[in-house]
Amino acid sequence: MHTLTTTTPPASDLDDVARLLTESGQRVSDPRLDRWTEDLDADRLRGLYRDMALTRRIDGEGVALQRQGHLGLWAPAQGQEAIQVAAARACRPDDFIFTSYRELGVLVVRDAQPDDLVLGWRGEVHGTFDPNRLHVATPQIIIGAQTLHAVGYAMGIQRDGGDQVAAAFFGDGATSQGDVNEAMVFASSFSAPVVFVCSNNQWAISEPVRVQSRFPLAGRAPGFGIPSLRVDGNDVLACTAAMRWALEHARSGQGPVFLEAVTYRMGPHTTSDDPTRYRDAAELEMWRRRDPLARLEAHLRTLDAFDDAFVDEVTEIGDAFAARMREAALTARTRTPIAVFDDVYAEPHSGIEGQRARFAAYLDGFADEEDAR
Amino acid sequence: MSTTELTMGKALTAGLRSALAHDDRVVLMGEDIGRLGGVFRITDGLQAEFGAQRVIDTPLAESGIVGTAVGLAFRGFRPVVEIQFDGFVYPAFDQIVCQVAKLHYRTQGRVKMPITIRIPWAGGVGAAEHHSESPEAYFVHTAGLRVVAVSNPQDAYTMLQQAIACDDPVVFFEPKRLYHTKGDVDLDADVCDAAPMGLARVVREGTDVTLVAYGALVNTALDAALAAEDDGISIEVIDLRSLSPVDYRTLAASVRKTGRLVVTHEAAGEAGLGAEVIASITELCFHHLEAPPVRVTGHDIPYPPAKLEKHHLPDLDRILDAVDRVLDRPNSLSGVTL
Repeated sequence: MHTLTTTTPPASDLDDVARLLTESGQRVSDPRLDRWTEDLDADRLRGLYRDMALTRRIDGEGVALQRQGHLGLWAPAQGQEAIQVAAARACRPDDFIFTSYRELGVLVVRDAQPDDLVLGWRGEVHGTFDPNRLHVATPQIIIGAQTLHAVGYAMGIQRDGGDQVAAAFFGDGATSQGDVNEAMVFASSFSAPVVFVCSNNQWAISEPVRVQSRFPLAGRAPGFGIPSLRVDGNDVLACTAAMRWALEHARSGQGPVFLEAVTYRMGPHTTSDDPTRYRDAAELEMWRRRDPLARLEAHLRTLDAFDDAFVDEVTEIGDAFAARMREAALTARTRTPIAVFDDVYAEPHSGIEGQRARFAAYLDGFADEEDAR
Repeated sequence: MSTTELTMGKALTAGLRSALAHDDRVVLMGEDIGRLGGVFRITDGLQAEFGAQRVIDTPLAESGIVGTAVGLAFRGFRPVVEIQFDGFVYPAFDQIVCQVAKLHYRTQGRVKMPITIRIPWAGGVGAAEHHSESPEAYFVHTAGLRVVAVSNPQDAYTMLQQAIACDDPVVFFEPKRLYHTKGDVDLDADVCDAAPMGLARVVREGTDVTLVAYGALVNTALDAALAAEDDGISIEVIDLRSLSPVDYRTLAASVRKTGRLVVTHEAAGEAGLGAEVIASITELCFHHLEAPPVRVTGHDIPYPPAKLEKHHLPDLDRILDAVDRVLDRPNSLSGVTL
């Protein structure tokens, strides 16, 4: 370990990843991962496709609703469906997940409802679903902050003697944040049952991943004492296998794991972003050929498990959900003004109560004017 | 009622012990709090008694300490974190302000953050840079947090337990220059019967001037009241105790009686608690005021080197000068155009 030689980082190679499906949907073997997917028969694979297709359809509806002025903002997940769906499906329902603002596929798998997906972006509420019901924390906007929360949750699991696992999802940009590095320090020091899922989608708004790191992201984790795997983030089989391996490792008391899922943000950072200003069409086209849904479809076709009936079924599910999203957005009712004071504190608080009363009196003044007219 | 004479440090230890014993969801986290018992020995003996799973030596990372406490709160625990020194709280500021303070609001009450953040606080101990800070205003300004500052061992014992039991996050300031000061503590008193954490306390009644202080300056204020007695001036001293929310009912009742207000704190004056209290009292009691309220505070400077700190910290003389001013008696600013 004692060396004065400078480190030459390995060249970043998008294909230096664990993979079980080629771009064209052929099943390939990876001795480390094969055993984790033995039970993934055609039915289960179609289930994963359904989830990914639903995620994509919802994502498209979100973008459309924003463009039509019904949502203030939307952070597209297009292109990242495989890692999101696979990792969430691999978890047990009682594993607790901490996400960023982009993990739509995780919310879909955890049974988020249409309102849950639009009311936040519409600005009606900050948090929509009940974290205790979905076992998913409110999506995090402060980059990387959720990784510490996941580690703390895992430390709580240890103290309860539970066998749940906490999972933290974050992007390549987040790995530069102090919190993410501190999370790895804590996770390692306490051998906490936590899985770090880094979706390296190549971009943090306009900054390419090489600005965040000169070393493959998965290569950093061993430096913290955390085993890691770099997986093809658009290969739903490999993602499933990797996450199952990681969860088993953490759940059995062997400590944290770091997965780097190499994927691509097909859309803009959010609907406020214009990626034509910083990336080119050729790159987009290359990643279109690696599309996670197309790849799984190709594989299902090799199994004779993808037909028009299945397409219709999937389309119908997606359209029905999207319609409910649209209705939720269009019929959303903004809460009464005095609601801004709700839930600042859990216990009675003299300061808030005083302000609420004064603001209520102020608002009542308008009601009197209305009556007078 | 049976009282024991304890230092504030030992009173805090007793409060932590009681909290750990009564609720097994309480866990302590911080740098050096386990084996060492804390650099101020506030957690002395607690790891040996309650085990390393409940009294946790953390890595050297304040944001990590508070962020993992957030995660523990998600899991239903009641974390009590120690920030080793006031000046080291800033790396944790993002987690405190963006997460701890806002998660209850963000989740519309579904997720609670019953986290207590204990901070050895303020100056007057001849310390190195960054070890004498008074950052309370940043947290008072942040909605979603409660902020308290104790001035005596009994309050240290009682209010720490109240803070821990509170379902809201509490930033708990402990004046380090009083850690070794002794006082009577009733260890058997039921915390439920004690004055609520959010109330101020009139620690000395008076009729001529209301003098508001918190933390170590409560003692200085009491000394000032004693000295002023010789001049026939009767000062009512109020220990704020709760910085957020401020107990304006108690303050206003006093100011309506005296008509004159002096507020003192170590923290810099600009945008400090003095500004907040005086603005609010002026709104509530303007027509009862006989003179403009006066603040006696740290200067608007970074905390100075140890040899100069006594010129920065409010002391007896500066407080009495302010009392003279608010009584329209000759004072240091007589004839001076501001």
